[in-house]
Amino acid sequence: MIHVFAFYLFAAIVVCSGALTILSRNPVHSVLWLILAFFNAAGLMVLLGAEFIAMLLVIVYVGAVAVLFLFVVMMLDIDFAELRAGFVDYLPFGLLIALVLLAEIVLGIGLWSAGPIELAQRAAPVNPELSNIQAIGGLLYTRYIFLFEAAGIVLLVAMIGAIVLTHRARGGVRGQNVARQNRRRPEDAVRNVNQPVGQGVEL
Amino acid sequence: MTAFFQNLGLPFEGAWLLSTIIGILVIALPLMLAVAMIIYADRKIWAAMALRRGPNVVGPFGLLQSFADGAKVFLQETIIPSASNRTLFLIAPIITFTVALMAWAVIPFQVGVVLANINVGLLYILAISSLGVYGVVLSGWASNSKYPFYSAIRASAQMISYEVSIGFILITVVLWAGSFNISTIIESQKGYYGFLNGNGFNPLLFPMAIMFLISAMAETARAPFDLTEAESELVAGYQTEYSSMAFALFWLGEYANVILMCGLNAILFWGGYLPPFDWAPLYLVPGIIWFLAKIAFFFFVFSWVKATVPRYRYDQLMRLGWKIFLPTSLLFVFLVSGFLMLTRYGGAQ
Repeated sequence: MIHVFAFYLFAAIVVCSGALTILSRNPVHSVLWLILAFFNAAGLMVLLGAEFIAMLLVIVYVGAVAVLFLFVVMMLDIDFAELRAGFVDYLPFGLLIALVLLAEIVLGIGLWSAGPIELAQRAAPVNPELSNIQAIGGLLYTRYIFLFEAAGIVLLVAMIGAIVLTHRARGGVRGQNVARQNRRRPEDAVRNVNQPVGQGVEL
Repeated sequence: MTAFFQNLGLPFEGAWLLSTIIGILVIALPLMLAVAMIIYADRKIWAAMALRRGPNVVGPFGLLQSFADGAKVFLQETIIPSASNRTLFLIAPIITFTVALMAWAVIPFQVGVVLANINVGLLYILAISSLGVYGVVLSGWASNSKYPFYSAIRASAQMISYEVSIGFILITVVLWAGSFNISTIIESQKGYYGFLNGNGFNPLLFPMAIMFLISAMAETARAPFDLTEAESELVAGYQTEYSSMAFALFWLGEYANVILMCGLNAILFWGGYLPPFDWAPLYLVPGIIWFLAKIAFFFFVFSWVKATVPRYRYDQLMRLGWKIFLPTSLLFVFLVSGFLMLTRYGGAQ
């Protein structure tokens, strides 16, 4: 009963906030609806018993990716009228992509439900006594170790690429020399002067 | 507790719902009281270190000062700036406050006394604390004012930076305990050298305990890392445009977060509800007393630092987070996993 109620609640919020992500006029609101969708999707994962995936979804997408989205969108000075101007021009292209995606979903689900393995076997092949993290870790580090490491290398390359693209030496920037700052002692910076009255200080 | 209500004749769902709601109230209401008292303690400690008296008028020793402040704030008018984004402006403090309370669901107060004893407890805390940044960012943006916006940008960059190192510090503890479940992590800290309870007594984890304490200060934007509300630069930071209860929610949320971080410090490194020494008579004292005492101690350290250490510069803050804490915590993840590989998990085969 509670499960069913929670499922419909989460699912309804995911669908509604997904729709509102596209429909809202203000891009910041769009990002916020997207975040709500992520969060409720995590709730759906918990209902499935995949609590590890749910937590990762929140940590990675809500905690990191969406924050960056929000950052970028907030700092952009967006002209909303201009943003909407191309709507009609791009409409056929957008519809085409939507159709392709729809066809792929239909194909995927069709193949999955008509596949050779029994449905009951596909859902829960792992040992039910194992916790989520152990089960995923066991698979990742044994059967899928090469894929896992390849993914790691792809991420590393992407990170280095991002740094290379954005990091350039600019002229005229005076950075902080922290080592020098730390080496500085009060004796180097402070001088006690017994100054006679009526004479200026010599610096 | 679910079983108790089921015995009273309720169906399982009703009993579960009722017992969960009661559990939430049993945690949240004392927490609010604790926040009020800890604000008072903060001001008293801070005053004592500055050779002042601190709050001493309302109630005996000024004990009721926080309640007087609360009443004052409650009776004020909520001012919403006309140029602000109304909805988000009001949602932001609610997010901060709710998120600060949510994390407490997985904190064990005594053996078996925890609202939700979930397998991924530590990840849950990491997930919830990563939500905290939204309250700040939204308040800064929705205020539609310069200083709150600057502050929000600073705060989110700061929180994200220190979350990275906190994540790695948590990993070292999780590796040692072999579990993400917080109760298991606490139980795994029993009996270091036969008589000490706490990961902090482990030479490999002690540096992590210190780094966690500092990262926690940065994560909750306490002094010396309170750049988000640096008065001399940013008026009052992201709260500048807020008044009345909206402001109070930020305030309460912030202190609830500070208590949570102190509690996490106690749980991860100093044995949570376990007594510091593994000696039978000490177990007669209820675990919650030890836990609260540890929280109080770490809060004292927080206030002490706030009273004595001058504020960091922003580049120093970022340098500490990214260039010192991140590599060091990564190194310790490597060291701890290597050590465990060589000893607990059967050597280099």
